[in-house]
Amino acid sequence: MTPTHATNVRPEGMTGPQAGLGFRHCLTVVAALLVWLAIVSPVQAEVTPQRAQALLQALDTDDFDAKAEAAQAIAASDAAQKTRWLEALLDGRLGRERRGERFYIITDDSGREWPIIDAITFEEAGTGSRRSVDAFRINNALRTQLQGLIASLSLDEGDEATRLEAAKRLIGEVDAQSVDTVAAQLDDEESPAVRAELETALALYRVEQGDAAALETLRGNLDTRVRNSLATIAAGDAPIAAEAGETLAGIESKRAWYERGQTLFFGLSAGSVLVLAAIGLAITFGVMGVINMAHGELIMMGAYTTWMIQQLLPGQPGLALLLAIPGGFLVAAAFGILIERSVIRFLKGRPLETLLATFGISLILQQLVRTVFSPLNRRVASPDWLQGAWQINEALSLTLNRLGVLLFCLVVFAALWALMRYTRLGLEVRAVTQNRAMARSMGVRAARVDMLTFGLGAGVAGLAGVALSQITNVGPNLGQSYIVDSFLVVVFGGVGNLWGTLVAGMSLGVINQVLQPWVGAVLAKVIVLIGVILFIQKRPQGLFAPKGRTS
Amino acid sequence: MNKITSTAALLLSMGIALPAAAQEDTIKVGILHSLSGTMAISESTLKDELLMLIEQQNENGGLLGKQLEPVVMDPASDWSLYAEQARDMLTGDDRVDVIFGNWTSASRKAVLPVVEEENGLLFYPVQYEGEESSENIFYTGAAPNQQAIPAVDYLMSQGVERWALLGTDYVYPRTTNKILEAYLKDHGVADDDIMVNYTPFGFSNWQSIVSEVKDFGSQGKKTAVVSTINGDANVPFYTELSNQGISASDIPVVAFSVGEQELSGIDTGPLVGHMAAWNYFMSVDSDANYDFIDNWVEYTGDDMAVTNDPMEAHYIGFNMWLEAVREAGTTDVDAVKDSIIGVTVPNLSGGSSAMMPNHHITKPVMIGEIQDDGQFSVVWETSGNVAGDAWSDYLPESQDLISDWRAPLRCGKLNVDTMTCEDGAGAE
Repeated sequence: MTPTHATNVRPEGMTGPQAGLGFRHCLTVVAALLVWLAIVSPVQAEVTPQRAQALLQALDTDDFDAKAEAAQAIAASDAAQKTRWLEALLDGRLGRERRGERFYIITDDSGREWPIIDAITFEEAGTGSRRSVDAFRINNALRTQLQGLIASLSLDEGDEATRLEAAKRLIGEVDAQSVDTVAAQLDDEESPAVRAELETALALYRVEQGDAAALETLRGNLDTRVRNSLATIAAGDAPIAAEAGETLAGIESKRAWYERGQTLFFGLSAGSVLVLAAIGLAITFGVMGVINMAHGELIMMGAYTTWMIQQLLPGQPGLALLLAIPGGFLVAAAFGILIERSVIRFLKGRPLETLLATFGISLILQQLVRTVFSPLNRRVASPDWLQGAWQINEALSLTLNRLGVLLFCLVVFAALWALMRYTRLGLEVRAVTQNRAMARSMGVRAARVDMLTFGLGAGVAGLAGVALSQITNVGPNLGQSYIVDSFLVVVFGGVGNLWGTLVAGMSLGVINQVLQPWVGAVLAKVIVLIGVILFIQKRPQGLFAPKGRTS
Repeated sequence: MNKITSTAALLLSMGIALPAAAQEDTIKVGILHSLSGTMAISESTLKDELLMLIEQQNENGGLLGKQLEPVVMDPASDWSLYAEQARDMLTGDDRVDVIFGNWTSASRKAVLPVVEEENGLLFYPVQYEGEESSENIFYTGAAPNQQAIPAVDYLMSQGVERWALLGTDYVYPRTTNKILEAYLKDHGVADDDIMVNYTPFGFSNWQSIVSEVKDFGSQGKKTAVVSTINGDANVPFYTELSNQGISASDIPVVAFSVGEQELSGIDTGPLVGHMAAWNYFMSVDSDANYDFIDNWVEYTGDDMAVTNDPMEAHYIGFNMWLEAVREAGTTDVDAVKDSIIGVTVPNLSGGSSAMMPNHHITKPVMIGEIQDDGQFSVVWETSGNVAGDAWSDYLPESQDLISDWRAPLRCGKLNVDTMTCEDGAGAE
């Protein structure tokens, strides 16, 4: 059994005298250790300060192989402090006094003066800095090893999640030595999830040994290690090559379906960003006919509002994000109304001048942000529930921030649609759009409606900013990168139609994501742009034309 | 004219001649970094750093008995504006003696003909793609052999067999990736094991590309990403990596344009272990570095201010220029150009850097792994300094070329095979 796997990282700590041991064995050993530790509770005794000193001393080397051995020695020792040492080492907080013999643990490494404690006695030792404490460095391989060591040390009886993790690691790692241990583990195991992983690991081993019956267990398994092993077997000349190839084809076609699903999700989420950015514009440009080049900067305002609310509520990114939804709306809407009252209303019916004036406003707003907040990007934290991915199976996972934005987009769209459809404001807006003079003569105060509509469009742009803060950079240039796309979506979808914006944004997103793996991001964008231009040539009113008579 | 008469009037009225006259006679240092637009995120810090260095030098008595005077312009991330303002600096009212500036290769390419025509001096502090040598430009950032090639060597030593080369779509990533592809193929990497992908500036929609990389890396061979992604597109890229669960132990990313400054916009918790290759890290353990950081923190008044590799390059370049002017006894461009070759000054990593005849400098190369506090921890370092190579040895069109600006050769593009000079004063 000699396949190498993407996940099978051979740490350089194992290339020294222990090279023969190999990482694969190491994993099996760790797994066995887990079982062993579950039975025998470790007895820890104090070691002498000299011994502790010697254990830590061994870490003080530039050679990562030697460091790995020193860490192994610490884990195997009786020192009561060992877990804390290894954790501190993992975090880069274990260090040694420069020009001295003492070892310290840094308890808080933010800032430039750190509180430190003695690593052996855990007594407070004042403060240290980078000039006085030399923290031990680790690399990727050592990090992986330390995580394994700490997991096995801090494990009392191994909860299901830990066992599952260990079982997952076993896939492709089972060999003649460990097969019986794993089989025994399978017999004792009760959790169905862990059993499934262990069965896969065993079946893969048996298939590699030429057991055709075990292929049945692997049918439809989406784990990439299974696929890679089967591909090797199918390409070889083992007696079961043909059968393995058959199973592999089944796996590949199943994966292909999930991949299509994933591409669709990518496309919809990219589309939802476009829709969010464009929908405010669909109101100001589409409904009111104002070419607002500062639309992007209103998006930026929403994003900066999110950042500011997060600064006011440190440690609560989730709450801050929820508060930013009304906050971003109000701030951007206020800016929008200000722009409308001070500039745009004087330029009514003069689109070229509006374009230039709003472009000027966009530059002013950008520079304002640079002066007030600095030209550097601001970091908007994501709450835990928007980090990571929803892992449906091995082949399909949906990233939570994108999923969140997609849902948010649909909610905003629904709310906006309802507002335009069912409220008095919506009625007045539609009336003013269709026939301004007639609406005014019916008693609609057109100037007020203009102001509120522009404020609404700007506020929705602010909402887009809140959502974008979760997936892209919050900086002075945030708006610039979305303004062209927004106009593209609105024009493609049909000016003055919210549904058009939704359909156009989503379809452009999906087309873009389908093209991207083939032709690359740059060319995909070019193709989409050319496609839209050709489409507009053929159908100038866009996807959804506004109904009614055109004069 | 007005200035002179008003100064004269001032002298008469105040009756003190000497200090005011000394004030008038300064050495002007041009700073050509964007303070607005997309590059402001990286370049505005360099402007502040140079102002600090000039202030320090003036406190220490200036240069040749004169005070240094900064001339700051803002090319607003507009490449053609860089050329215009460089010309202003070299010909305008306050004619500068030296320019420190530029970040992107595109802007350097725009300024190059101007400094050559007006015979100026430009110190360029950023890692770049090589394949260029100008008599008037000093490249204090890394050439590909001082960053990209050692990084790939390190990854090979870690067992990487499959390579995803991701970059932003412009001249630096494209040339660097061309060199890397040639280098990898020389080392027996198959075509199928190399994936190349370019994205536009400021790209944020990384999901399908990251997913493609994930798939590329799950084919059973150890895979690494070599990233020449530039600017703020890095933030969504790394966020997407961590969201899709790609950790450094699965597919490590080694980046050539991500430094401490760029990381200050990201939560680095999920990125621990991803790498960057540079010639300097803020975490480098040396007293020169600690002093520099202390000064920088004091100057900016920001306790969390970070330093990075291009800042070190300017630090080295500035000190080299000072040293060369002292040696030449004048700020005359031709004299300084001759005296600077061979000048050796301390760098921030505890050693020293020398200016080579090809206008590149010697520096150590380091690989750092990202830590959860936004700093890098150095996991590998070249044993000594590496001299920058203007013309890559791995591209067929440039493997026979060298550059040597010393008299009497004075050639930026000398073909050692045919011994003909293709560019430079020596060509005539």
